[in-house]
Amino acid sequence: MLQPRSIQSKLGIRDKILSLDYVLVVAILVLGIISMFAMYSTDGGEFKYHTNSHILRFFVFFGMFFIVSFISIRFWHETSYIAYVVIFLLLLGVKYFGLTSSGSKRWLDLYFMNLQPSELMKVGLILFLAKYYHRISIESINSFRYLILPVTVLIAPIILVATQPDLGTSILIAAGGIVVAWLAGVRAKFFVFSGLSMIALLPIAISFLKPYQKSRILTFLNPERDPLGAGYQIIQSKIAIGSGGLFGKGFLNGSQSYLDYLPEKHTDFIFTLFSEEFGFFGSLFILLLYALIISRIVKIGNITRSNFGKLYCYSFATAFFLYVVVNMMMVLGLLPIVGSPLPIMSYGGSSMMAMMLGLGIAMSCKIYKDVPVN
Amino acid sequence: MLSPGSGNTVIKSKLISRRMFLITAAKAVVMVGLVGRLISLQINQATKYKSLSDKNRFREWKLAPERGVIKDFFNKELASNEPLYQVHLIPENAKDLDNLFVRLKAILNISSKKVAYLKRVIKKQKPWEPIIVSENLDWSEFSKLNLFLHELEGVEPIVSVARTYPDNSSAHVLGYVSQISTKDLQTKKYLKEVAVPGMAIGKTGLERKLDEKIIGKVGYQRYEVNAYGKRIREIKVDTGQVGQSFKTTLDYEVQKFTNELLVDKAAAVCVMDVYNGDIVSLVSSPTFEPNAFVHGLDKNYWNSLIKDEKKPLANKALSGLYPPGSTIKTLVALSALENKIIRPLDTFRCKGKIELYGEKFHCWEKEGHGIVNLRKGIQRSCDVYFYEVARKLGVDRLAETAKRFGLGKKVLNDFIEERSGVVPNTKWKKKFIGQNWYLGETLHSGIGQGYFQSTPIQLCLMTAQIANGGFEIKPKILSNESNDNLRDYLKYKNENPNQPLPTDLLVSNFNLKPLFKNQEHINLIKDAMFSSSNEPGGTSYRHRMENPKFTFAGKTGSSQIKRFTEAQREAEVKQESLPYKDRDHALFVAFAPYKDPQYAISVLVEHGGSGGKAAAPIAKKVIKKVLERHELRRRVVKDSTGESV
Repeated sequence: MLQPRSIQSKLGIRDKILSLDYVLVVAILVLGIISMFAMYSTDGGEFKYHTNSHILRFFVFFGMFFIVSFISIRFWHETSYIAYVVIFLLLLGVKYFGLTSSGSKRWLDLYFMNLQPSELMKVGLILFLAKYYHRISIESINSFRYLILPVTVLIAPIILVATQPDLGTSILIAAGGIVVAWLAGVRAKFFVFSGLSMIALLPIAISFLKPYQKSRILTFLNPERDPLGAGYQIIQSKIAIGSGGLFGKGFLNGSQSYLDYLPEKHTDFIFTLFSEEFGFFGSLFILLLYALIISRIVKIGNITRSNFGKLYCYSFATAFFLYVVVNMMMVLGLLPIVGSPLPIMSYGGSSMMAMMLGLGIAMSCKIYKDVPVN
Repeated sequence: MLSPGSGNTVIKSKLISRRMFLITAAKAVVMVGLVGRLISLQINQATKYKSLSDKNRFREWKLAPERGVIKDFFNKELASNEPLYQVHLIPENAKDLDNLFVRLKAILNISSKKVAYLKRVIKKQKPWEPIIVSENLDWSEFSKLNLFLHELEGVEPIVSVARTYPDNSSAHVLGYVSQISTKDLQTKKYLKEVAVPGMAIGKTGLERKLDEKIIGKVGYQRYEVNAYGKRIREIKVDTGQVGQSFKTTLDYEVQKFTNELLVDKAAAVCVMDVYNGDIVSLVSSPTFEPNAFVHGLDKNYWNSLIKDEKKPLANKALSGLYPPGSTIKTLVALSALENKIIRPLDTFRCKGKIELYGEKFHCWEKEGHGIVNLRKGIQRSCDVYFYEVARKLGVDRLAETAKRFGLGKKVLNDFIEERSGVVPNTKWKKKFIGQNWYLGETLHSGIGQGYFQSTPIQLCLMTAQIANGGFEIKPKILSNESNDNLRDYLKYKNENPNQPLPTDLLVSNFNLKPLFKNQEHINLIKDAMFSSSNEPGGTSYRHRMENPKFTFAGKTGSSQIKRFTEAQREAEVKQESLPYKDRDHALFVAFAPYKDPQYAISVLVEHGGSGGKAAAPIAKKVIKKVLERHELRRRVVKDSTGESV
């Protein structure tokens, strides 16, 4: 099956550094620095736990990003299945040994950090399916036999994650996998049918939802339903963003956040805080920064030779886009609060690790764009 | 196993790129949508959300303003303010109300009953409306509370001021304050802007009359608060404005003195300056403790007030209605003189009773007074004389004079508790009772019984207007304007004794309104009152004061509760032997000093028996007290007018 190959590339370290996509590197760095300021503001303008920890994580994982990029795309291709299996085992581990916090079991205690394997699965599933569709022939793609494995590797982790419960992450993991299948050429018909059957199954699915999840969806449909309860987050977030106006209230002056009106301001609502303090122009800048990062990854996909690289870059770029958009739509009151971090900006080690890993692999596609993958 | 061919790879790569193009297009659409949403929130609706954010940020606490002070004529504070320590609770800021109440109970000594009551109130009102947990803490409780404050989210310690009264001597005229009720909010428009939870407002008396001005302007504290309602910093404080202070014409010393005289009696006293209408004293007894109302009344105390048959809450001087009894005889005589019904020396023979159409009308003196003229009729208070005079005069002419002298209408305005009484005449009876007037009723009216109803302050005004020579005065209790035209006129008359002014000049030069046709008639009445108080045989002779400085001229009266039966009359039953409730009300009106009248007084003692025995001694003591302070009082007037010039 897998033949041992040398992971040593023919490229020297100097070539590798020179062939980095510097626009992407700078964009990530700028976003990282902005996220540090935002985190500093959530701590009330002091270097407290969240700020310090966020800065440390950013640089640690930014370093990891370079290491990942310098490792040949062949290595990532070869270890894709194993990586998926390992992450899946970790997810299983969460189910039995996980840490419970605010009603859901999402973390594994690794002593030096609490790892959230579901975040890693976002990248792991893309890797697995990219390799899978890279390897099967174009005729096989739409044959039923070759759909069984992708559907299985897609559904197994999202069931595990959804039952943690973490609806938001499971949907985003699924979205990443579906994107790969779509890009690989699985017929539109298939997506339409499964979409329709999903809708048909929706009432059953709803009966499995926890009361708080139901309430979140109802609240999204009508935030004023319970302004002091479930609708509170959406309303306060909209107030914060709206009151930011064109230019914002100024750094460290976001009254909504420092007076604690904003929930989860370190994590899911970090964009709200930023938007309140820096206004429309600040928000637009962040949006453009994300657009830049995404378009650079797509560009890498364009120039990379292997279909594995293309599939991976396009899928990751699209998934990354979805993470950003879902988070923003959530805080802007366009989607229910499902709990999904904003890549790189939000506080959270596992998310940061997964995103840097994903970006690193994309960068590896750039550096090793001409290396064939079999 | 899976070995992709190179041609295959190219086709695949094209397929991937094509599908990626679709995704990119979709992404662009979503991005535009996000920017659109940002524009909508941050540009189009920015104002709305900014104000919502400020509404989050700022919270205002209204501050009850300090009530203005009410002073007596000598600037002694009759109603003042003292610091007050309170605990308020804003339910929305408390995380766990049940827990909070348990903590508060431990710290503050609140009863479970009170807690249950507070919880009910909380349920009814909006969560951000503060409620008062404890009205009036002492300093040690208050400092203890402040010590634990960090554990008590939602609890607000408040230092404010509360009404306090030096004693209960002026309770009725000042009234009392207590918490705003829902009804107050509905009925009193001025409260809309000033209502602060727990604020005390005037409920009766002057406190009520002056409420709108005396409350002051509400202040507020604006705080920046966090999501839990915790105050982060103070943004702005407006302490509001202390309410307007008022000076009254009352004399605290006289109030206190009179109040002590009346202890245990159901009685009322009114003292008035006969020239400018200043009310020097207005006391009703038994009194109540006005301080007890400020911080929520004790139920037992309230019940004891309500059940007391002497009616401590009623201001008898303003709202007690009593037949004027023989005190009306002054006006009956005056009316008869003015209408030329009698001449002063016309006489009637009193045999103790007369008969009219078979009905017997008795004189209080069973043996009769013999030959009686006007002076003797008033001196001895001969009923038969006044039956005869009234019969000739007729009730309508009597009513006209009585109304002119202030009976039948309110004396002070704006006191809701004041009542206007009744001056009956033929029309009145037709209208309110629906029957024709009988001549016998005229006879009863002639001695102030029957339908006649008057308040002690009306009788005081009546007497004052006789004492001052028959000029109209407007009684007042607030010392805001000094109207001493009548005194000026008298001064002018003394300085120019040979030029008494004709009536129309009086009106235009001194703005006086004479109530007489011939002032000589007034003097005849005054002289007759003098004889009643100072000559042997007079009804209040026993209580005369011979020192000319204090000599008063008065008229006794007793208002009948129950008519004597013939049997009682035969048995010469004394008032003292009747059950309390059946005894007559004792009345006495007087003015003093006789030579140079300054003050008029009316005294009422409910169920006191006869005016000469029960009311006159009280009047005597009060008159002495008031006259002793007369010089002081005039000095204040001189000082204040001297300053204002």
